[in-house]
Amino acid sequence: MSKTAAKNAAAAAEAPRSSVRKTYKLYIGGAFPRSESGRSYTVTAPGGEFIANAAQASRKDARDAVRAARSAQAGWAKATAYNRGQVLYRIAEMLEERRDQFAQQIVSVEGGASAAAYAQVDAAVDRWVWYAGWSDKLSQVLGSANSVAGPYWNISSPEPTGVVAVLAPATPTLLGLTSVIAPAIVGGNAVVAVAPDACAVPAVTLGEVMATSDLPGGVVNLLTGSTAELAPWLAAHLDVNALDLAGVEAGSELARELEVAAAENLKRVVRPGRDHDWNADPGLARVKPFLETKTVWHPVGI
Amino acid sequence: MTAQLALDEAGLRRLLHGLPPVDQVGADARAAKLGTRSIKTSAKAQALDLAVRMVDLTTLEGADTPGKVRALCAKGIRPEPDQPDCPSVAAICVYGDMVPTAKAALAGTGVKVAAVATAFPSGRAPLAVKLADTVAAVEAGADEIDMVIDRGAFLSGRYALVAEEIAAVKAACRTNGHDAHLKVILETGELATYDNVKRASWLAMLAGADFIKTSTGKVSPAATLPVTLLMLESVRDFRAQTGRQVGVKPAGGIRTAKDAIKYLVTVNETAGPDWLDPDWFRFGASSLLNDLLLQRRKLATGVYSGPDYVTVD
Repeated sequence: MSKTAAKNAAAAAEAPRSSVRKTYKLYIGGAFPRSESGRSYTVTAPGGEFIANAAQASRKDARDAVRAARSAQAGWAKATAYNRGQVLYRIAEMLEERRDQFAQQIVSVEGGASAAAYAQVDAAVDRWVWYAGWSDKLSQVLGSANSVAGPYWNISSPEPTGVVAVLAPATPTLLGLTSVIAPAIVGGNAVVAVAPDACAVPAVTLGEVMATSDLPGGVVNLLTGSTAELAPWLAAHLDVNALDLAGVEAGSELARELEVAAAENLKRVVRPGRDHDWNADPGLARVKPFLETKTVWHPVGI
Repeated sequence: MTAQLALDEAGLRRLLHGLPPVDQVGADARAAKLGTRSIKTSAKAQALDLAVRMVDLTTLEGADTPGKVRALCAKGIRPEPDQPDCPSVAAICVYGDMVPTAKAALAGTGVKVAAVATAFPSGRAPLAVKLADTVAAVEAGADEIDMVIDRGAFLSGRYALVAEEIAAVKAACRTNGHDAHLKVILETGELATYDNVKRASWLAMLAGADFIKTSTGKVSPAATLPVTLLMLESVRDFRAQTGRQVGVKPAGGIRTAKDAIKYLVTVNETAGPDWLDPDWFRFGASSLLNDLLLQRRKLATGVYSGPDYVTVD
């Protein structure tokens, strides 16, 4: 190092530097817009320390997200199951690379030990891989060749239901979000997910992971803010086909209201479970409700 | 300046080039400013209904069939079959050969038939062909004719040629006692400058246009807010000087209710409330109507509707 360079380096080390903070924005249609309303809210640690200002999504952001999801859904459903599996696996790869960042964010918003945070990130990565594997096996497991009394082939196969609104649980932040988004998109649906309160911090980072994972823009849309504010609009939206109430307290008045609103256009609703264990093997409990069975009768032997 | 002004080359050039030049940055900024006005609740409901009444529901495809035109007419008459308070659109806009089909489907409803003529969309045909095209549509019962100007002639400065063509088509609209309204399409996307838009607007109005229309919808950019703003200023100034009121029709690229309301705000703030009427302002559009209907429903029911609940045309 020359003398001047050494001098410059020393000066840089001494000079105070203003930190460059990340703006936590929404993830809609593959882009990261601010809330249309211009609102934001403060995300704090369990101890009350400031972590970030997150965008507080409004009903109009929810409307835009549904529109983005609707326009992305057909293309995503048309992609081959193999391709969808590859994209989900790619999300796992990107997530794995940001392991430290996610673990640190989980500790800051949820509290608890670093080891537990790392365990949650690992569980989330594994879950993406697990669902990625399911993409080209769903039709074998959920479809069937039916025996009928007549000269027909009778075949049933699962088809995506369309746009799914999911209300993510407040904790565990990353694993909860993964466990509600992945099963909805693996079958070819598009998702509008509400990441409540402090969940915003890992949710926005998960959005960055998705934006760099070859996932077509609009297949997953993330709204941060208040579930109680956004959920009624999504539940009543006639262009939403299914609703996952994971983030709503089971048996609460809100859960009841959302189910009533969802009945207007016969949305499929996944009810909230009591004390749901997000670490348990999820099975196909969150995949199957978002698939429609299409049965085709094809004449033979004529 | 009067309407009787001789349409000779030198006179037109003097007049059109004597118009005050347009401040492009100012026009863009003014249009952007007007686009930020917030129209809510009951005012929004009225604006949506007015916009529906102003729509020229359009299908101008090579693949048009009589069945498609009839379906579009049915939709134009009753955009919301289950809501009797939803108004009809202003007109159905089709190619000339579809006029008899549209006329039969719209008989007795008050919805007008508009036909594009004069070798739409390019306008590249001999004058005799353009006039025959116009007369055929008028004889078939078209209430309104949408003609295109010869942009090549306009851009090379042959203003008299353009004016004579417009006047000839205007005369053709009055064949055999008919009296079809003449809308003159300037195709602003090909005119290059705002000054040209202003000159073309004045030229069309002097030559006898009943409406000036931005675009065919086949060229990008089609209608934009600043261009419509300029044309609205032109019709306002033209009425102030000659006493004759001319309508404005932006067409192409207006797809959302939000955009339509921005245009209505611009009409009110530029030309004035006299133009806030389907007789004096129209939207040339196809997908706009569906979005207007979705927004109408959102206001009526309080929940967001979706494209599954409107017809795809």
